[in-house]
Amino acid sequence: MKVALTSRGNNLDAALDSRFGRAANFLLWDSASGAVEVLENTQNLNLAQGAGIQSAMRVVENGAKAVITGHCGPKAFRVLQEAGVKVYLTQAKDGHEAIRLFKAGELKEAAAADVEGHWT
Amino acid sequence: MKIAVASGKGGTGKTTLALAMAEAMAEGCTLLDCDVEEPNCHLFVDVEPWQELPVAVSIPEFTDNGDCDGCGRCVRACRFQALARLGKRVLVFPEMCHCCGGCVLACPHKVLREVPFDIGTLQFRHGPGFELISGVMNVGYAMAPPLIRQLKRHIPPEGLVIMDAPPGTACPMVTTVRNNDFVILVTEPTPFGLHDLKLAVATLQETNLPCGVIINRADEGVALIRDYCQEVKLPVLLEIPYQREIAESYSRGGSLLTVFPSLRVSFRTLLTTQIPALLQAEGRL
Repeated sequence: MKVALTSRGNNLDAALDSRFGRAANFLLWDSASGAVEVLENTQNLNLAQGAGIQSAMRVVENGAKAVITGHCGPKAFRVLQEAGVKVYLTQAKDGHEAIRLFKAGELKEAAAADVEGHWT
Repeated sequence: MKIAVASGKGGTGKTTLALAMAEAMAEGCTLLDCDVEEPNCHLFVDVEPWQELPVAVSIPEFTDNGDCDGCGRCVRACRFQALARLGKRVLVFPEMCHCCGGCVLACPHKVLREVPFDIGTLQFRHGPGFELISGVMNVGYAMAPPLIRQLKRHIPPEGLVIMDAPPGTACPMVTTVRNNDFVILVTEPTPFGLHDLKLAVATLQETNLPCGVIINRADEGVALIRDYCQEVKLPVLLEIPYQREIAESYSRGGSLLTVFPSLRVSFRTLLTTQIPALLQAEGRL
């Protein structure tokens, strides 16, 4: 299963980006092989509006079945939910910690968005 | 003649002045409350509306009939990220939509069609002498221009029309002042007032609209605005003194004219003589 992690950098050592829609990058982690693919999010990061929606579409199109991030707004959550992508919210400091918590079953699936749109 | 009362900064006295001007002109004058996000002219006209009209815009609706092949043309056509494609389905976010209809045109499979989406109402009231038409935007909707455009379609063909503009210099303000004959910019003698007055003046220059300034709460520091106006050759139309009684009257829903009855004549002169003369001098009338 592919899991999209929001990241400040381009590998699992980098800090987890607490924002979903305007995350710096998405790390597409394959839970079976452990392989990590980097999806840049520069285009959505700079959108005037709708970054959450477009970012959600981007991770869905790239085959992610789950998202691990800090916070998720209502529009992004709606897209992910409609696409059947599970959302996990965590305060983990980096990609390694997020994956460890995920594997240990310590991340709880979010039932709703946890922040308003355009939060900072 | 159509005259908009605007200001870059909020809370300078647009509504107070627009109401007082409409009251001074009375018969034959129509006041449009274009501050549709927070209309408040009606609070000073204590009557129920005699007519209310709903306002809707057209937004796309997706029909999941199996004809969508997930080509994504609709999503690419949208400049406002209001659509999300998920496989062979399209999600619509009405609050993001600017109602251009582009996605519907772009869809080769006819799975998107335009449907009405309520954004607010227009309220019509008989004020004291003048007519008041207010745009009231639904809570939760953020795009004022479509509602303001609908409101402006009710401008009567004759008589004086005064428009109370939304604060700022963004789309709602521009939509309001567009096609007016003159714009009155209300400001206050503070650095903030001056800063936002400059923004408003620059906006009106872009739209080639003639304007003049009313300095409200003209007290200490009034030279700040006077000097700027002189520098950029902007007429100072009127100065309203800074008095506690005005705020007290306003807070009770009272008129500026109750506190300053002499302003009735000043406003009448401004609207019927001063502004037409300015327009004539500029060759606009």
